[in-house]
Amino acid sequence: MADARTQGTADIAGTADAAVVRLRAVRKAYNVGTPVETEVLHGIDLRLEKGEFCAVMGPSGSGKSTLLNIVGLLDRPTSGQLEVCGEETTTLDDRAVTRLRGHAIGFVFQYHYLIGAFSALENVMMPMLGAEGFPNDAMRARAAMLLASVGLTPQQNNLAGNLSGGQQQRVAVARALAMNPALLLADEPTGNLDSKSAGEVFELIRRFNREHGTSVLFVTHNPDLAQRCDKTIRVIDGWLAA
Amino acid sequence: MQRWLPFEWIVALRFLREGRLQTVFIVSGVAIGVGVIVFMSALLSGLQANFIRRVLSAQAHIELLPPRQVSRTLRDGASARAGEIEGAIVQAPLQKQRSIDQWQAVAEQIRTLPDVRVVTPVTGGSALAVRGSASRAITVVGIEPEQYFRIVDLNDKIVRGMARLSATDILIGTELASDLGVDVGDKLRIAAADGAASVLTIAGVFDLGNKGANQRNTFVALHTAQSLLGLPGGVTSLEVTVRDVYAAETIAERITARTGVEADSWIKTSAQFFAAVSAQTTANTSIRFFVGLSVAFGIASVLVVSVVQKSREIGILRAMGISQGQILRVFLLQGGLLGLGGSIFGCAIGASALLLWQRFARNPDGTPLFPLPMDPKLFAAALLLASLTGLVAAFAPALRAARLDPVVAIRG
Repeated sequence: MADARTQGTADIAGTADAAVVRLRAVRKAYNVGTPVETEVLHGIDLRLEKGEFCAVMGPSGSGKSTLLNIVGLLDRPTSGQLEVCGEETTTLDDRAVTRLRGHAIGFVFQYHYLIGAFSALENVMMPMLGAEGFPNDAMRARAAMLLASVGLTPQQNNLAGNLSGGQQQRVAVARALAMNPALLLADEPTGNLDSKSAGEVFELIRRFNREHGTSVLFVTHNPDLAQRCDKTIRVIDGWLAA
Repeated sequence: MQRWLPFEWIVALRFLREGRLQTVFIVSGVAIGVGVIVFMSALLSGLQANFIRRVLSAQAHIELLPPRQVSRTLRDGASARAGEIEGAIVQAPLQKQRSIDQWQAVAEQIRTLPDVRVVTPVTGGSALAVRGSASRAITVVGIEPEQYFRIVDLNDKIVRGMARLSATDILIGTELASDLGVDVGDKLRIAAADGAASVLTIAGVFDLGNKGANQRNTFVALHTAQSLLGLPGGVTSLEVTVRDVYAAETIAERITARTGVEADSWIKTSAQFFAAVSAQTTANTSIRFFVGLSVAFGIASVLVVSVVQKSREIGILRAMGISQGQILRVFLLQGGLLGLGGSIFGCAIGASALLLWQRFARNPDGTPLFPLPMDPKLFAAALLLASLTGLVAAFAPALRAARLDPVVAIRG
């Protein structure tokens, strides 16, 4: 278990430089080769260092989510190179990509996407359970520790559907950190929350970033939150603007 | 979460539990289907077994007969072309009572076959039973009681006296006894067509459950029949029973090939009855197939809906690093579990229906209409087949779930 959860970080430590993510001339187009081919990312170059907390801003439809999906290995670039934790991913097969994604990357979405059939604790255990196959005390203890760190110990046995929106998003953050990923991708995680809950979730992610050296790409429309990040990049019409 | 359950089982069981109403409905649907299959299969098997038992408890499965006499046409080889007979009138020859040549050796050969249970010689022919001024045409069947009773258990059918056959004994049917006004211990004169006659003592009266058979059939010792019918040491047939009644025709062909003696199986001699049994089996199989198909479609449709409903959860699981194989197994398991769960309840429904049938479907005298065995193999097969059907039915939805693009699934 410990091996699985530290894999993402270990990979980074082993690389010559400390870049967790490196994109070189990444392009993404849909309906390639057809008359309706649409390019949504036009040659993105990006480097995210270990422990860096980077805000991603830009208008709706500019390509932020597509960028995150590509960095998160949920989608593949049409061309260009993408390194995650020092590993060139464009040549990996689906099995290797899935494994790398599971061990090195955590996701938090605008909607929590918790699995309603499971309790908060079980939702947090889920990535570890998928990686190991059978539940054990170590993963239960880690899930409980993560839930405690997001202030949800009293609710850990509640079904996901019985939690408030803010609580659900905090569970989603704990779940994203279950495998101790090297990279956390947050796609407008505060978009559906009131300002108090949004602030709490942001602080939570920021704390993990500082305590565990987790690199974060944080998509937001909120300039106040973006200001509190280490740096901000803007995506406009599929281009990266500093 | 149970420690001993792997990831796929945990997720599959939770998904089923979450969609409780859907699960209950489809398990009920599968249960009804399996219940129908179990009940119908047991009922039709019992019915067939009963038919076959009734028919084959009064006859051998295979009968070896002496070759029929045929006319040999004499031809003028010079005038006739090969294979042609011109202007020949062939009169069918008389079929005289004949014995099977070397029947003891033939019987021994047949006994060595592994599928054969009993081989017994029979000498049979027509005669007249005479009592005072009354007479009746009868069939005299000469048997070796010890072996023959393993084919037709006359002990069970004796209503008066006993199934004893010494050289001067005869067993007659209830109808013949009534027609001639005789009973156990009375003497009966049996006269063969060629004039030979014996006076025999009625040792027992039987009821074969058939009026004609009770009127015509009589049983005597083999040697008595041989001397009465003018076939000293000869037998007119060898009667054979086999372990698998449905293999009788194949075994008969094997016997003919090995011994050169014509062997007729019950499948050939009771062709219409066998055709009826086969038709019943085909109908049963068809019903089972279509019920199974509807069960499969039921499971598949529920799982297709489940995949659509849970596409976001599937997407997020994939984002967490859950492999396509794991997602595939989650949905295959759900199909298998629905099939297994449904079949457990279905077996219970089928067993209950069978018990009710046994309790209420009775003859006027209160005995069961026919025995319905609760074959554990039938229930095991139903469990296995329904689970496999569930797995197969789940394959397409499971594949669809596994192939969901996580980005599209999460976006909904």
